[in-house]
Amino acid sequence: MKKALVKSVVSLAVAASLSAGAIAADNPKDPAEGFNRAMFAVNEGLDTAIAKPLAKGYDYVAPTPVKAVVGNFFSNIADLMIGVNNLLQGKPGDALNDWGRVLVNTTVGIGGAFDIASEIGLDKNYEDFGQTMGVWGVGEGAYLFWPVIGPRTVRDTAGFVVDAYADPVPYIDDVPVRNSLIALRYIDQRAALLPTDKIIEEGALDKYAYIRDAYLQHRRNAVYDGQPPRELDMPNGKAPVELQSTPGGR
Amino acid sequence: MKQLFSLLAGVFLLCGNALSSQEPPDELVKRVTDDVLNIVRADKDIQSGNTSKAIALVEAKVLPHFNFDRMTALAVGKDWRQASPEQKKRLSEEFKTLLVRTYSNALTAYKNQKIVYKPLKMQAGDTDVMVRTEIRQPGQQAVQLDYALETQNSAWKVYDVVVAGISLVTNYRENFAQEVRAGGIDGLIAAISAKNRQIESRNEKK
Repeated sequence: MKKALVKSVVSLAVAASLSAGAIAADNPKDPAEGFNRAMFAVNEGLDTAIAKPLAKGYDYVAPTPVKAVVGNFFSNIADLMIGVNNLLQGKPGDALNDWGRVLVNTTVGIGGAFDIASEIGLDKNYEDFGQTMGVWGVGEGAYLFWPVIGPRTVRDTAGFVVDAYADPVPYIDDVPVRNSLIALRYIDQRAALLPTDKIIEEGALDKYAYIRDAYLQHRRNAVYDGQPPRELDMPNGKAPVELQSTPGGR
Repeated sequence: MKQLFSLLAGVFLLCGNALSSQEPPDELVKRVTDDVLNIVRADKDIQSGNTSKAIALVEAKVLPHFNFDRMTALAVGKDWRQASPEQKKRLSEEFKTLLVRTYSNALTAYKNQKIVYKPLKMQAGDTDVMVRTEIRQPGQQAVQLDYALETQNSAWKVYDVVVAGISLVTNYRENFAQEVRAGGIDGLIAAISAKNRQIESRNEKK
């Protein structure tokens, strides 16, 4: 069974890399497209066979309040390093906000089970070391697609490694507890993405390209904390001339 | 009779409103969003993922406020110029179907989250603005949902929807450019059309 799965995943990957080699155009953001498409196919296989069924099962079995508690718990753990990243990005106010969240949610929110901080106006942020490097001026580098962890640019891959070192969960001594937490977090994150599956499946002509371009746009937005300069690629950022309404036409 | 009268009064009020002043872009977005979400909240079918019902809702309530020619031009990018008027028309039609479905699928994922409307940054005489909103949910960072609008013939029309920094329109650009390189504008039209027909026939089978 396992062997058959590995075999089908590998053959899928080979097929994908061959066909990708044939159609891959020269996209400057994606020089490793052939490799990436192969890894994408591997990941799709793994996702369909393992991650997605687990996430669906979890989504089905766990009542909404339980899912909220699980999400809050991991969110609270992450807030500590989010604060550190905000400090590294020169935003001490935001860092204090994030650590204030940890303080409130760990105590009043019973070990992070409840997100009381959001209710009292300490908003959730999301920062990671890839974004921090982006703020420092490090370029994205090539787009890469990894099995299991998914899309990352070269910069964000380095960021991911740093984030993984700083993540407290893998340092838990009790091995079964540690492994369960890592697995639960992964499934919780995958389950949170379930609603987007259908959107991408039915919206994308080429799922690989759709996810790549969405990832790149999303990360750019994250580095600019949601206020990126507009980039419409058209002369003066406008649509072609024939479509513009005449000035003063109203 | 009384009801009919108040209905008539309402109609006159609406007409008068439309004639006297243009609805500001942020109020337009808020009105349409509230309107649509109120329907979604009351509709169990849409909540459980009935896309065709969501599509009907989007077509009735949202579509009149979208400028699909502009959206298609943005998605296609520089290749738009080489398209004939006939090709542009067909492209816009197919892209509209694709985008309405994407938007409707997103709507079925709505789970009663709170929508926050950010103050509009707009100066007198601006014809192109960004209306910023946020979808809030506990324990998670709020999801940004921004609408780019421009004013056209006295009404504001949406020409881009940006979710968490991802433009639902320009996200197609690289992919569309690749289709045009491979098969020209007609190739692109055929590719979008094939995708639309594929999903339609799948949904009909269900």
